[in-house]
Amino acid sequence: MHIDWAHFTPLSALAGGALIGLAAALLILGLGRVMGAAGVVAGALEVHDADAPWRWSLIVGLVLSPLVARALWSIAPPAFDASWLTLAASGLLVGFGARLGSGCTSGHGVCGLARLSPRSFAATGIFMATAFATVFVVRHVVG
Amino acid sequence: MKRNAFALAVGLIFGLGLCLSGMYEPAKVTGFLDLAGLWDPSLAFVMGGAIVVALPAFLVARRRSAAWIGGAIDLPAAQAIDAPLVVGAGVFGVGWGLGGVCPAPGVVDLGFFSAGAAIFVVSMAAGMLVYRAAAGRRLPGLRLLAQDA
Repeated sequence: MHIDWAHFTPLSALAGGALIGLAAALLILGLGRVMGAAGVVAGALEVHDADAPWRWSLIVGLVLSPLVARALWSIAPPAFDASWLTLAASGLLVGFGARLGSGCTSGHGVCGLARLSPRSFAATGIFMATAFATVFVVRHVVG
Repeated sequence: MKRNAFALAVGLIFGLGLCLSGMYEPAKVTGFLDLAGLWDPSLAFVMGGAIVVALPAFLVARRRSAAWIGGAIDLPAAQAIDAPLVVGAGVFGVGWGLGGVCPAPGVVDLGFFSAGAAIFVVSMAAGMLVYRAAAGRRLPGLRLLAQDA
């Protein structure tokens, strides 16, 4: 295994991670809800649900965050290298899989692990494994 | 109103964390997922930092019944590592590996006016609605209720 020292950013990764953890801490203690992004988006799509308004508010906060981030730090816009077809397939699988599996990177990978939930440890291990495998196939087998 | 303002602040902090950590950038995520190439371990540090901060909050939450702004604290009750969890997480990981994007960064990247993010988020919402329709029809292998993790 070769470490990509040029791109490895441990300090900003830890600091950014701490902010994500702070957001999760505030949401569980303040509103009593687990901060899973997939659950927030799927719940926001249930427009008649009493929880839809706060979920839309959280989504607005996420969408506005780059404006604040670019004022604070020098941040380049994201580069989406994948083709539109790949992105569409990726989105479909992510949306469907997150609902079937009851969570995503934030719901299982951050909140679930922080809750020490065995279900979330299993889910995180599995989605990491299939993501590693997918990138391996795309970059080193097919590519 | 108070709930909405609070949730907006949570979304902002969550998004700032994704921006600062670099996880809004798909290439940064695939840099972590590509174990056989040049490996960027940053994502593990993001998860570690987040878990260290969130863990005490969940310990406190477990002992409390009411949230600060009112209402019950709703912690997932599901325990079973069942087929929907395993298959769903597996499918999710394939999608995540293909694009290097998961739900929260996808939504954050809308704020950069990225066309790629728009395609991803619309497709993700479609995938969620497909799941809902399939679960509603009780298709074999799909459990009706998926509790949020």
